[in-house]
Amino acid sequence: MDGLRIIERLRERFATAIVETGSQCRDHTAVVDRAAVRQALEFCKTNPELSFDMLTDLTAVDYLKFPGREDRPRFEVVYHLYSLPHNHRVRLKVGVEEDDAVVPTAVGLWAIANWFEREVWDMFGIRFDGHPDLRRLLMYEEFEGHPLRKDYPINRRQPLIGPRN
Amino acid sequence: MGLGTFFATKLDEAIGWARKYSIFQYPFVTACCGMEYMATACSHYDIDRFGAGLTRFSPRQADVLFVVGTISHKMAPVLKRVYDQMCEPKWVVAFGVCTCTGGFYDNYATVMGIDTIIPVDVYIPGCPPRPESVIDGLMKLQDRIAAGAQRY
Repeated sequence: MDGLRIIERLRERFATAIVETGSQCRDHTAVVDRAAVRQALEFCKTNPELSFDMLTDLTAVDYLKFPGREDRPRFEVVYHLYSLPHNHRVRLKVGVEEDDAVVPTAVGLWAIANWFEREVWDMFGIRFDGHPDLRRLLMYEEFEGHPLRKDYPINRRQPLIGPRN
Repeated sequence: MGLGTFFATKLDEAIGWARKYSIFQYPFVTACCGMEYMATACSHYDIDRFGAGLTRFSPRQADVLFVVGTISHKMAPVLKRVYDQMCEPKWVVAFGVCTCTGGFYDNYATVMGIDTIIPVDVYIPGCPPRPESVIDGLMKLQDRIAAGAQRY
C-alpha cells in the first residue's frame, strides 16, 4: 500500500490522536499521541490491509536545545514498521516529556521490542510501562545516568576498574 | 667477572633467545583490528617466521597477550582477569590506537588506553596497523624478550 494511504488509514481510525504527519523521500511518518500509541501499534499490526508484522527498529531521539523545538516534548520514541506480506513501511513517533518519560510497551506485539526498549531505557532513560524485564541492555549495572541524553557530560567516565579520570 | 657470573649471563641469553622464537600468544580480539591481526597471522605475512604462529586460547598457556581492538569499560575487568591468569614471564602488546590511547573514541564507553589497566610492553599504532607495522612491533617485542625486559 502506498505510504500516503497508510497515513490516511491511521487518520481515519485515530483522528485527533494523530498529532502530525509528514513524508520525506517517500518515507511516511505519523506522530501519535502517547495515549493512543498502544492502540495505533496494535492497529498497524492486526489490520489486514496494513499487517505490519515486523518491528524493524525502535529507538529514541533527545531534542534537548534542538532549534525550533523549544515548545515540543524533549524526547521522541520512534517505531519503524515493515510489512512482509505487503512490502510497505511506516514510521510512528511519540513525543515524550522529560518529567514523565514513560511509554506503553510493545513487547506483546513484537517480541523484539523487549531488547529495543531495554536499549532505549539504558541510553535515554525512557521507561516502558508493562515491560517484563526493564534492565540495562548495553551498559553495566553500576553505570549511573543515561549516556545518550544530550545533558550527559561528554567527558564523564564511569570505569569499573582503573583510574577514575 | 667470575666464571659463575659468565655462565649465568650466557644462560640468560640462551633462554632469552629460545623464548623470543617461541611466542605463544593469546589474541584478545574485540574489534575490527582483529581482521588485520588475522591478515598478519595468515600465510601472506606469516608470523610463524618469528615463532609466533601458535595462538593459545587459554591465558594459562600464553606468553604474550595481544590486545587487539577497542576495550570498553564493561570489558576492562575481563581483560584484567585474563592478564592476571597468565603465567610469568608475560608480555603485553597493544595492537591499534584504541588499545594504545583510546584512539578516536572519547566517550562514556571506551577505556583511554589499556595501560591504565595493565602494563604494556609494545605499542603498535595504526587504525588498523598495517601488517608491516605489526611485524615491526613483533620484532621489537622479540628484542625485549631476548633482553629479559618486561613490565609485569
